[in-house]
Amino acid sequence: MEVLTINNVSKSYSNHQALKSISFSISNQRIFGLLGPNGAGKTTLLRIITQIIDADEGEILINGEPLKNDHIKDIGYLPEERGLYKKMKVGEQLLYLAMLKGMSKAEAKKEAAEWMKKFEITDWWNKKLEDLSKGMSQKIQFISTIIHRPKLLILDEPFSGFDPINTNLIKDEILELRENGSTIIFSTHNMESVEELCDDIALINKSEKILSGSKTDIKTSYKSNLFRLVHSGELGELKEGFELKESEKNLDGLNLSLIQVNNGAGPNDLLKYLIDRTEIHAFEEKIPSMNDIFIANVKAGNDE
Amino acid sequence: MNKILLIISREYLSRVRKKSFIIMTFLGPVLISGIWLVPIWLAERGVEEKKIQVYDESGLFLNSFNNSNKFNFEIITGDVEEKKQEVRDEVYDALLVIPKIDIYDPKNIELFTQSSPGMDLVQSVERMIEDQIVALKMEESGIDKKDLDKIKTDISLGTINLTETGEQESNTGASMGAGLLFTFMIYMFIFVYGVQVMRGVIEEKSNKIVEVIISSVKPFQLMLGKISGVAAVVITQLLLWIGLSALILLVVTTMTGFDIEAAQMNPESVAQGNAMVGKIAGSILKLEISKILGSFVFYFLGGYLFYAALFAAVGSAVDSDSDTQQFMLPITIPLILGLVISTSVVINDPHGSIAFWASMIPFTSPIVMMMRVPFDVPLWELLLSMFFLIIGFVGTTWIAGRIYRVGILMHGTKVNYKVLGKWFFMKS
Repeated sequence: MEVLTINNVSKSYSNHQALKSISFSISNQRIFGLLGPNGAGKTTLLRIITQIIDADEGEILINGEPLKNDHIKDIGYLPEERGLYKKMKVGEQLLYLAMLKGMSKAEAKKEAAEWMKKFEITDWWNKKLEDLSKGMSQKIQFISTIIHRPKLLILDEPFSGFDPINTNLIKDEILELRENGSTIIFSTHNMESVEELCDDIALINKSEKILSGSKTDIKTSYKSNLFRLVHSGELGELKEGFELKESEKNLDGLNLSLIQVNNGAGPNDLLKYLIDRTEIHAFEEKIPSMNDIFIANVKAGNDE
Repeated sequence: MNKILLIISREYLSRVRKKSFIIMTFLGPVLISGIWLVPIWLAERGVEEKKIQVYDESGLFLNSFNNSNKFNFEIITGDVEEKKQEVRDEVYDALLVIPKIDIYDPKNIELFTQSSPGMDLVQSVERMIEDQIVALKMEESGIDKKDLDKIKTDISLGTINLTETGEQESNTGASMGAGLLFTFMIYMFIFVYGVQVMRGVIEEKSNKIVEVIISSVKPFQLMLGKISGVAAVVITQLLLWIGLSALILLVVTTMTGFDIEAAQMNPESVAQGNAMVGKIAGSILKLEISKILGSFVFYFLGGYLFYAALFAAVGSAVDSDSDTQQFMLPITIPLILGLVISTSVVINDPHGSIAFWASMIPFTSPIVMMMRVPFDVPLWELLLSMFFLIIGFVGTTWIAGRIYRVGILMHGTKVNYKVLGKWFFMKS
């Protein structure tokens, strides 16, 4: 089941086009990374999904239905530019934001109390936001985003400005929310968190989608048949089809080599061939990181 | 709709609970009742008596200085220098020296005081001397004072309005007073609460909560909710002021036992300088109170809505209070212009063409029309002006909404009028 489907969405402002015919879809209970350099159009797309602005063209479906006002209660949105009322008390603030999403007061109260208990901040209910530390208000901000139990959670740079403890807390919550049936989109350029959390990704550069799919598939497709080998003794000249890209001594006196396979042979073929030539201590296929893929794609796009 | 109510109640409660609101609510009535009570109290209390020595070498004025509760004159003889010293020593407040004079060319009459004398004293003394000289001249010319008193005429114009239903006594002074009072109140409230709306918008923008909110409600709903919430605060404040002022007046009058109504109705009993307030207050009762109050409520709300939207748009365009300057000018100029027209042109010619047009154009009408209403504005003019004001605030709200929805999401952009125009025409 597709929770969110984006079909040919375009948006332009008076002096530039922010999105050019973007399409992708997100399945239920997945964590979806929306990646791209600054100014690529990520925030514009998120604002269209949250109905803050309208797309010029294209359609957006939520659970198969065209986006409508009523979907607001199904979406939780943590914008990149975020904050809370400084003079308002924590409890009132959470109730207010939950009720704006369409929750009843009683429901909101119950949920707020539960979340505050979970985050061990129950005694903050009557504190004003301005009296809390930054880390504390980040917790409140996160609760306010998910208090109405959104089916679709949209987080724009969720970890920017969060301390490592809160970052971990939120990572755990994101994973738990997915377990409980939510679908999560998060936009970021923190590739580490993408490696760690995302099931699927889409990469946007210069207003266009240049890549999308499951993280594993993308990584596989970017495999360049490179193998990393730790061995003792020289390798010597390799046969046709195997190419030694680099080789160096590591600290233990062992050799570290990178071998490229060009003839379609599998890892076992390479291993069998190498076993006879040298003592092998470690052997692994080098899989590109999301960071490599991101940089390679964005650079290629910018060089055009 | 429900969401707008939520926003209104938050805006309302967050302001009503503020210390500054509570302080103003109690301070306001004290100030208002102060304006009513202090002049009356001063009048009751009387003024300090001034002691004046009169050294009359001419001997013509021995009986012409009448003592009053303000001045006590004492005819003296002896050494002038010694008497001057008494003034220096503050035994007496003043020394009037009248040399031998020619009544056809009175010269060198001098008043010695320690510091500059008040206008009141100088004028009183001058008047008394003049009166005596006039009397002496009449005597010499053989005119009987009784004949002159017969010739002297003093009229006071009774102004009557011809209305559909008959004749009605009008009171220019009261109309003017009522007009001024309501005009100033509208001007003040539009300013104070318009700026509150603007600050609220800036606060949401600089707190960066605005994007969180508008993922739940439309920017236009947020703006309307804020404007209405502040309007509710104004109405609350106004009602509390009226209620508390009435209460204070009631308590003070029963406690001290003086009759405010009598003081108002009979302004002569109030000291001259402070008579205006009592006179106005008393005569307001004779005006068409319901029409005036009804218009006041309408123009007050209409004017507030008209300007609050513009203030909201300004707030959305800037990042902090200090950037508002350039956009405030076009809002403040028509407001101030309205006040200037009211207090200079309309007050003298409440039905002239400037008054008419200024009370039709919604930029100035809330202020100018309130100056005119106590002078009996034709009903069609009133309704037409109200109609324009309604169109006006729907218009400004629409324009402001278009700027607001873009502005609140813009951070750190350098904004000028061209940019505002661009935002206005931007698709949402």
